[in-house]
Amino acid sequence: MPPSSLAGTPADAPVTDAAPRADRLHADGITVGYDDRVIARGLDVSIPDGSFTVIVGPNACGKSTLLRALSRLLKPSRGQVVLDGRSISSIPAKEVARRLGLLPQSSIAPEGITVADLVARGRYPHQTLLRQWSREDEAAVLGALAATGTTGLADRLVDELSGGQRQRVWVAMVLAQETPILLLDEPTTFLDIAHQIELLELCTDLNRDRGHTLVAVLHDLNHACRYATHLIAMKDGAIVAEGAPGDVVTAALVEDVFGLPCRIIPDPVTGTPLVVPEGRPRRA
Amino acid sequence: MSAPVRDPVPTSPGVPDGGGRRRGFGRPTRVVRALGGRVSLRLDVRTLAVCAALALVGLALGVVALTTGDYPLSVPQVLDALVGAADGPVRLVVVEWRLPRALLALVLGAALGTSGAIFQSITRNPLGSPDVIGFSTGAYTGALVVILVVGGGYAGVAAGALVGGVLTAAAVYLLAYRRGVQGFRLVVVGIAVSAMLASVNQWLVVTADLETAMAAAVWGAGSLHGATWAQAAPASVLAVLLVLPLAWLAPRMGLLELGDDAATALGLRTERVRLALVVVGVALTALATAAAGPIAFVALAAPQLARRLTGAPGVRLLPAAAMGAVLLAASDLVAQRAFAPTQLPVGVVTVSLGGVYLVWLLVREARK
Repeated sequence: MPPSSLAGTPADAPVTDAAPRADRLHADGITVGYDDRVIARGLDVSIPDGSFTVIVGPNACGKSTLLRALSRLLKPSRGQVVLDGRSISSIPAKEVARRLGLLPQSSIAPEGITVADLVARGRYPHQTLLRQWSREDEAAVLGALAATGTTGLADRLVDELSGGQRQRVWVAMVLAQETPILLLDEPTTFLDIAHQIELLELCTDLNRDRGHTLVAVLHDLNHACRYATHLIAMKDGAIVAEGAPGDVVTAALVEDVFGLPCRIIPDPVTGTPLVVPEGRPRRA
Repeated sequence: MSAPVRDPVPTSPGVPDGGGRRRGFGRPTRVVRALGGRVSLRLDVRTLAVCAALALVGLALGVVALTTGDYPLSVPQVLDALVGAADGPVRLVVVEWRLPRALLALVLGAALGTSGAIFQSITRNPLGSPDVIGFSTGAYTGALVVILVVGGGYAGVAAGALVGGVLTAAAVYLLAYRRGVQGFRLVVVGIAVSAMLASVNQWLVVTADLETAMAAAVWGAGSLHGATWAQAAPASVLAVLLVLPLAWLAPRMGLLELGDDAATALGLRTERVRLALVVVGVALTALATAAAGPIAFVALAAPQLARRLTGAPGVRLLPAAAMGAVLLAASDLVAQRAFAPTQLPVGVVTVSLGGVYLVWLLVREARK
């Protein structure tokens, strides 16, 4: 049962108080790009609190760029990303890291590092020069290992793990950070189908049972439809649609965003929209 | 739909297995907590043991260096001299002649080992050490310019080396800079700059008159011969001062090894930390070069050899420093005694040892 989304601009959010409720993380009119190349101009995005938001779109539509901006890896040239009512660039870096975690697309595990040691590095934003390994650090690492099902791997070397195990370990490192908001940049890339589903279900657990607000960039539209509570569809650096997958995913939208003629049928397992490409069916 | 496998819990981080020892990081770990949890540390037992063992070896090498020479002394004689209970000549030999050299070997070795660890960590490459990416070559250029143009004494040459090394480092850093510095760019740019400076150095030596060229060549080999307190005292004080910020930088260095995105996400100002590390690393190399001339391969070999011993992930500063001190102290003993009474420059010994090591490293990297 997806929670009702509080999408879009504050204007059409349900007004419960005198002032419209603002989400913890939102981007106001941001223009982002690399060097002189602008990827997206004047984007307004709000991440509904408590949602599992998934950003989808064709290659090079700016979805990862948006996520990088939301996680302050990329500084917008115009506009600002706001976390808890303050511009994210004005909040001390470690303080941001206690509220917002990110699983980047590519991370490097130092040669010879064990799983527990890697996960423990997620505790950095909670540590000081004198307090380098508190009881809270220990508990958080144990909790993160348990939540990702990697407790049994704790002593193993990260180099020895399979791709699926390694990705779960990286998620555990981000979880050890104990942030209410988690951003995941294409977490399922390089995983086989079973491990993709396993990781997405882990995300759902984190969102539903542990109350994390999740934002993920995903390639697979059907995965997005099944697991997201809030979908943001992007094309050419602009947001084309956002809302609950059941409300926004239509054949017209998919054709518009991906240029792919398709039919939408209900997913036989979950009832969420399932995209079936028309393609050029070949029959024997 | 298979849920993630929830394994039973055979071991877990920080769970005591008796005697205060904790397992679960895949290696024996000791956690120290004090003052009601306000102070806490997680120590890697094997790393500590390796550091302690290397420190003992370094100390032993120091004592051997103090006893051996044209005027052999016994250990009790040396100890007497150190506590000020020896008579004139023994005191002179031990405290004024041999001690500064032995101390300098240990201190500069530790400085080079630390510097090597910093650059290998930043570049994530065992070849990213300061002598490979041009700083020593640049320091030599600076020293050569002073020797040839000003003709100046020890302080002048040291200053020249310092300026040359720092300018080279700045040039390499800026040339490698493109939206932040990536390790591999730093290595490639550094090797190129190093090659260019090496030919400049050669040209400078070739065009100089014979006597000056000889003096330059002697300096360029890197030697601790004739070291006095005038060099050892300021070098040791400076080395200690330079190492202080590393207490703050060391945990951040470990995070940088996860990649810039992950480090930033964990709340690290990556460019700032990297720049601070580069400054300290360059200063440590420049210090060693200014005091003794370019001593190659200690910075390259020490961090990797220490890593083999500790088995710890990434390169760590403390073991690298201890290993550097041992390497240079041992090399200097060989330089002094191998062809006694002829003194070899210690740089010749480290180059010979390092050459063998470099071949091994390249073969190993190529096999990967």
